Amino acid sequence: MKPPNFLYAAPRSLDEALALAAAHGSDAMLLAGGQSLVAAMNFRFIAPKVLIDLNRVSELSFIRREGDRLHVGAMTRHRALEFSKEAIDAEPLLARAASEIGPLAIRNRGTIGGSIAHAHPAAEWPLIAVALNAQLTLRSASQSRSIPAREFFVGPIRNAAAADEILTEIVFRSAESNSRFGFCELSRRPSDLPIVAVACRISLDEAGSCSAATLAVGGADEVPLHIGAVEQILIDARGEPAALQEAADAAASAVAPRTDVHASANYRRRMVAVMTRRALGQAFGLGGESA
Amino acid sequence: MSQPLDRVSIRFELNGQKIEREIPVRQLLVDFLRDDLGLIATRVGCEQGACGSCTVMLDGVSVRSCLMFAVQADGCEVRTVEGLAQNSVMHPLQQAFWDNHALQCGFCTSGFLMTALDLTEHGATGDEKEIRDALSGNLCRCTGYANIVAAVQSALAGKR
Repeated sequence: MKPPNFLYAAPRSLDEALALAAAHGSDAMLLAGGQSLVAAMNFRFIAPKVLIDLNRVSELSFIRREGDRLHVGAMTRHRALEFSKEAIDAEPLLARAASEIGPLAIRNRGTIGGSIAHAHPAAEWPLIAVALNAQLTLRSASQSRSIPAREFFVGPIRNAAAADEILTEIVFRSAESNSRFGFCELSRRPSDLPIVAVACRISLDEAGSCSAATLAVGGADEVPLHIGAVEQILIDARGEPAALQEAADAAASAVAPRTDVHASANYRRRMVAVMTRRALGQAFGLGGESA
Repeated sequence: MSQPLDRVSIRFELNGQKIEREIPVRQLLVDFLRDDLGLIATRVGCEQGACGSCTVMLDGVSVRSCLMFAVQADGCEVRTVEGLAQNSVMHPLQQAFWDNHALQCGFCTSGFLMTALDLTEHGATGDEKEIRDALSGNLCRCTGYANIVAAVQSALAGKR
């Protein structure tokens, strides 16, 4: 058998899962959709002593709008977010990003919480969480805390949760009606993990000038990066090529990409500029290239 | 609190039949299907979710059986290619693959069929881009994909 020996528990409630996480601490790993974890176990890259399977904790699977916030349970599958009317009404960028994740079978099984906790620097959900600065709820048997997504990712495949904590919920702010998103990723095939990806959201006043902007880049640094400088550059812009280019240059100079088998550092940096320009072009409603 | 275990009893429905077995928890669903039940249509390809050869239907949606432990199928409904034909009559998708010469060596075919089954059961329109997107997670090293896309398109057309 491929994965090394482990002990398996399938709690039926969050309380039970939290008690297991408290009892087994860093000996245990949490199994969400398993689309990265089980592959890593098959290769014996990792060998948890205890596996706590969250798939039967039904209270972690929900999409709920409360006021101007959208609450998404950590065990919500990508496929559910791709089609949820509630999620699309609140923040259409979520469905757009979900549709780009992996092939169909991966979207059917993988979860938003699993992807965020996995903290792959190029993956879609970590990027979206950082771009929109989602609030993440971390629960342990003894406490509950909320942490901004921009503080959650601490390195490739590393997050800020303690060994006994479970990511239970991701909270997004609903998009404002005068606000538009852009999302652009570069990948060789539709189902591949992006080489680089950019997500942004800008608010436009009645004259069509930018009044607020947020933009993040994935796949070009240790973690998905919020590019704070972009907002200052874009304020009062109306999609002029010079403003978009300045923002693209700012994003490209903010990242510290690595060379790997998929792309060189230099190529990644240049593509950050291209994807930034295109994503902002979408958000300003300029049309043109969509990928 | 449920105690972590290394062996468990599972019960689930496979292609309409009740299955009950005791298994080690680290056994993958694909290995359980092939090694314990002898259902070898579901293939072991890359073992990392990339090739799609092990795709099966779990509770009505396509999933990778190499990225699931068999214990996770407990209480679920699983369908494999062995369940497609009824009374020795091929499923319309299988017939379409036959008619369109959509397979050569056949290794990847079960995975393509189960992915296509997900499409046909969830309101796919038959649009070529939609089909190609859905099939992009399945690798075929023989056909060049054109005939597979044509087969799925013709099966979807026949359904409408």
